[in-house]
Amino acid sequence: MLVIPNLLSLILWLPLVGIVLIFLVPRKKEDLIKKIALLTAFVDFLFSIILLINFDYNEKGFQFVEKWLWLDYLNSYYFLGVDGISILFVPLSTLVTVLCILISWRSITDKVKEFYLALLFTNIAMVGVFLSLDLLLFYLFWEALLIPMYLIIGIWGGPRRIYSTIKFFLYTFFGSIFMLLAIIYLFLQYGTFDYTALLGKTFQPHIEKLLFLGFLIAFAIKVPMWPVHTWLPDAHTEAPTAGSVILAGILIKLGGYGMIRFLIPLFPHATLYFAKLILILSIIAIIYAGLACLWQSDLKRLIAYSSVSHMGFVTLGIFSLNPIGVKGAILQMINHGVVTGALFMCVGVIYDRTHSRAISYYGGLATTFPLYAAFFMIFTLASIGLPGTNGFIGEFLILLGTFLSNKTVAALAATGVIIGAAYMLWLYQRVFFMRPSQGVYNLQPMKWNELIALIPMIGLVFLIGFYPNPFLDFMRTSVFHLLSNLR
Amino acid sequence: MVPFEYYVTLSLILFVIGLAGVLFRRNIIILLASLEIIMNALIVLFAAISFHAKDISGYLIVFFLIGMAAAEAGVGLSLAVLLYKKLKKVYVDEINFYRG
Amino acid sequence: MSGASFQVINTFDLRVYLVPFLPFVASIITLIFGKRYFKDKAHILPVLSLLFSFLLSLSLLFDVLSGKTYQFDLYSWIVAGSLKVGLGFLVDPLSVMMICMVTSLSFLIHVYSIGYMAGDPGYYRFFSYISLFTFSMLMLVLSNNLVQLFLGWEAVGLCSYFLIGFWYEKKSASDAAKKAFIVNRVGDFGFALGIFAMFYYLGTLYYHEIFERLPLIAGTYLNIYGYEIHVPFLIALLLFCGAMGKSAQVPLHVWLPDAMEGPTPVSALIHAATMVTAGVFMVSRLHALFEMSDYAMAMVALVGAITCFMAATIAPTQFDIKRVIAYSTLSQLGYMFMACGVGAFAVGMFHLFTHAYFKALLFLGAGSIIHALHHAPDPNDIRIMGGLRRYMPITFWTIFIASLSIAGIPGLAGFFSKDEILAYAYFSKYPWGKVIWLIGLVVASMTAFYTFRIFFKAFFGEFRGKDVLHGHHPHESPKVMTIPLIIISIGAIFSGWLGIPEALGGGAHFQRFLESVLGHPEIHVEDHTLEYILMALSVLAGLLGIFLAYLVYLKVPTLETTFSSRFKRIYTFLYRKWFFDELYDLIFIRPTLFIARTVVNLILDTFIIDQTVNGSAKTAEAFAGFFRKFHAGVVNYYNWFILLGLLIYLVIMYLK
Repeated sequence: MLVIPNLLSLILWLPLVGIVLIFLVPRKKEDLIKKIALLTAFVDFLFSIILLINFDYNEKGFQFVEKWLWLDYLNSYYFLGVDGISILFVPLSTLVTVLCILISWRSITDKVKEFYLALLFTNIAMVGVFLSLDLLLFYLFWEALLIPMYLIIGIWGGPRRIYSTIKFFLYTFFGSIFMLLAIIYLFLQYGTFDYTALLGKTFQPHIEKLLFLGFLIAFAIKVPMWPVHTWLPDAHTEAPTAGSVILAGILIKLGGYGMIRFLIPLFPHATLYFAKLILILSIIAIIYAGLACLWQSDLKRLIAYSSVSHMGFVTLGIFSLNPIGVKGAILQMINHGVVTGALFMCVGVIYDRTHSRAISYYGGLATTFPLYAAFFMIFTLASIGLPGTNGFIGEFLILLGTFLSNKTVAALAATGVIIGAAYMLWLYQRVFFMRPSQGVYNLQPMKWNELIALIPMIGLVFLIGFYPNPFLDFMRTSVFHLLSNLR
Repeated sequence: MVPFEYYVTLSLILFVIGLAGVLFRRNIIILLASLEIIMNALIVLFAAISFHAKDISGYLIVFFLIGMAAAEAGVGLSLAVLLYKKLKKVYVDEINFYRG
Repeated sequence: MSGASFQVINTFDLRVYLVPFLPFVASIITLIFGKRYFKDKAHILPVLSLLFSFLLSLSLLFDVLSGKTYQFDLYSWIVAGSLKVGLGFLVDPLSVMMICMVTSLSFLIHVYSIGYMAGDPGYYRFFSYISLFTFSMLMLVLSNNLVQLFLGWEAVGLCSYFLIGFWYEKKSASDAAKKAFIVNRVGDFGFALGIFAMFYYLGTLYYHEIFERLPLIAGTYLNIYGYEIHVPFLIALLLFCGAMGKSAQVPLHVWLPDAMEGPTPVSALIHAATMVTAGVFMVSRLHALFEMSDYAMAMVALVGAITCFMAATIAPTQFDIKRVIAYSTLSQLGYMFMACGVGAFAVGMFHLFTHAYFKALLFLGAGSIIHALHHAPDPNDIRIMGGLRRYMPITFWTIFIASLSIAGIPGLAGFFSKDEILAYAYFSKYPWGKVIWLIGLVVASMTAFYTFRIFFKAFFGEFRGKDVLHGHHPHESPKVMTIPLIIISIGAIFSGWLGIPEALGGGAHFQRFLESVLGHPEIHVEDHTLEYILMALSVLAGLLGIFLAYLVYLKVPTLETTFSSRFKRIYTFLYRKWFFDELYDLIFIRPTLFIARTVVNLILDTFIIDQTVNGSAKTAEAFAGFFRKFHAGVVNYYNWFILLGLLIYLVIMYLK
């Protein structure tokens, strides 16, 4: 056991070292910039693994806590800590950053320095959101993440990037405002931003519902839940590969994480009150987005809509308010980050070679690009939740948990699994099977950076698929504790 | 001895002339000149008040204002010259970078 | 369970573990290294692994015969809340019989494929997939809990997807693969809900705990929108949805005939040893649950009977040799479910066992014919065959044995098992037993008819395919294909002898062996006279079918066209497979795609939601547009505003 003091701060701020170093390097030396970025991100990932190893999953409170006074006139603290709910997201964030750097190695050729700066900055903000236990600090990181994402999509994105970024920014910013209002109200009422101090506070019922809705709007837009999902397909479609991976892998997880972290423990009565509504919205998201997938002509857009459908499962699991369902939801968020992130990387791999995202452009890739077809197959199967892959464990636990609390909802949601198989296999058939189309001959073989980025994802797909217990163990105590004060 | 009211009237007339210039004229040089006239109206007023009230502080403000007017005229005129050099224009409604 | 006489061993046993994992390891190694290193030697590893698993299965069989069963977990797979599921094995008479059948047939099919697939560019891939297929099936039958069963359940679906779409460059093949997977998914949807319901009511997913706790829910009812539903029936119904998908029963049978797009050994594997038998196996495994509800039993029997009859009516109208055999599989699976539906689970499994051999034989024989005619544009078409008896004698004899067996001619495997089903149906305590018996009898005759139709058309008369073969002659297949055929034909004769019923002087050893797990159906037989009459009837039915086929296809060949033109409507109805595909297209696929395209993508997403969002942005913009006018960038205007502001300020100050 390697004990490092202030481990959380170290993980959080380590990318800053990389940022400073990259600033000092002249912009011509692109290789050096990439290597610095990769090394920093990788070391950060190693530290987050150390965090995982040192985590004690029998402890029900927060661990590795760091608390210093930050703004004394606001009574706001620099307050970091992890528990079983957030612990898994930290290594996921750092891993995603490493993989994003790898996958962008060749595809980003313009403004290289700024791109890697933005990526490292994203890393800080992502980890910050998961670690901070002070509402003000949380809000700060939450919004800070928007800036590099805005730049990544807006500068290195596709042809309609401006429309997409503005839509993305306004949508999410609109949601955050309501959360800020709720946070300010909490501060005015109780004079603190401290998450642990706010736990167990009681509110008047209508106030509690309003506060719940304030937080919910922010999280729902981020997830995204059904009627507020339209920014996601646009943002995904126009983002560069790394941007899509971060969006799918981490950014939309923030919503689900926020729901578990804030909505359920802070507003238990409102949670019970609104649970049914959210379950209904989740079912709509699952089926609606699944249907939308059936008629997409753009590879990335299809996968983006499938994200909406999968995140519908996550919100379903969370608001089943049942330990099995919530665990399934957390695990499914990790799974979705792995699988959909990997699918976007796969699309990036082929896009770099053919510069087309149109499904009709492809066909017969299994003949001309067999290794790639195998990779894509594995992630397709994980995405449709085949037993033995990680997708199955998540969906199974979520549906089982939902079934235990509401049978009809579970039965309706399970139809999403059929639609999921239909659109993914149809996609696979159109892109990989049948006679090769004209544009898919003589593709360059997979490069080392693409292989290194995709192989860990395959490992995770099967590791979680066949041996999910270590991952479930992390959340055991925390989830039990989380739900114990609901009833 | 000129009565105090005359000074105030003079100052008021100067002010109105300056204000009319600022509001109605579009030539940037005239605008600057009108600003100077407004400033002069103030100077006259302060000097008159100081003389009338037998108090030195009014004179101080007058000197301060004269210095400021000089500086303002210098900066303003040089900016106007620069604008003219760049755009070959002296009318403010034509010099419009603000495309809202 | 009634297997009290068994000694249960709960410790890890390497042999049990190796039975499924040898093919798995072989499959993975072949898949990864096959293309570069093994090439045309890719079959060695899978074949050897299957041989060893077969031998290990045999040794396990002897263990079970000597009174030992195994039940243990390899490791805890999913632990969350009160849910606890392991990856584990249960070896009892039922599963050991299944693994012996699966490994033996799979081994022979592997060997056969060496000849059949020779020269195919995807040679290594093929062997990897069929090994994986076998692994999945073994995991399915060996599992000791429902989730692992589901793992194998979906994994065989996946492997069938790979194998049906093996020649993926053909659109029809990739379509069929997709269809198979999605139709199976529809069944699995019910199956998964069944698992959830099982967990909800019993709190466990392990078989041995399920059987212990089943009596607890015997009187439980669930209120669904005002209807009181018997919980065991509900769970059985949901689980049976999965069985309908996997065992291709009406209405989820549509994928199976299309699955003929895969290479022929795959069809043999799917139809005989793996995949389609999974449904029957699952129903038998959970027979205690099904027996708790008469409705569930009636449902199983009814679905089986409908499928049995429907498939037998379609089969004689098809011209693709593999499709005809596929429909005969549907029909035979219907028999198995009929047996289950009258409580004779052991007999159903007996039919599954004998069917595996004669059906594999039929398919591999058909494969041998197709191999011989592979120069033709469509080698599956029985209209180009004829007189093949002279060219390929071994294939002729093996198919002859299989056809006699499936037609229920005494002495062959099919006779014993089919007769047992009919007898148990007739004597069953359930009221629908007699109806089932009648349907079974009629279908027996039809089965003989269509089986001998292809037999006569393919092997007798003149060879009709000279024009399409372009000078090539049909030839007998290589030894590597004919030897497995001969071995399986031995099975097709003798596998039935394991369970000769008491009425014929046998000991029904097979059924007794399984009844320790599956229970003994309560039937009342005073003496054997009635049984002999039933037997004679079914033999007569079979002979009648053969005679009709002889009449129509050999003696008076014009009869066929006369019939099909006289009864044009019925013929079209049957030829188009009762219009199931068209019906599903009309009521499921088209509306779904319509909703997906029009409602979701065009109307809701683009118009309503995005227009609302963009619309609110536009409102804000218009609002801003009003104020923007004041910021025109003209200095004079600003001056006026300053003056205005000053005046307002002064007025306010004055008023105060």
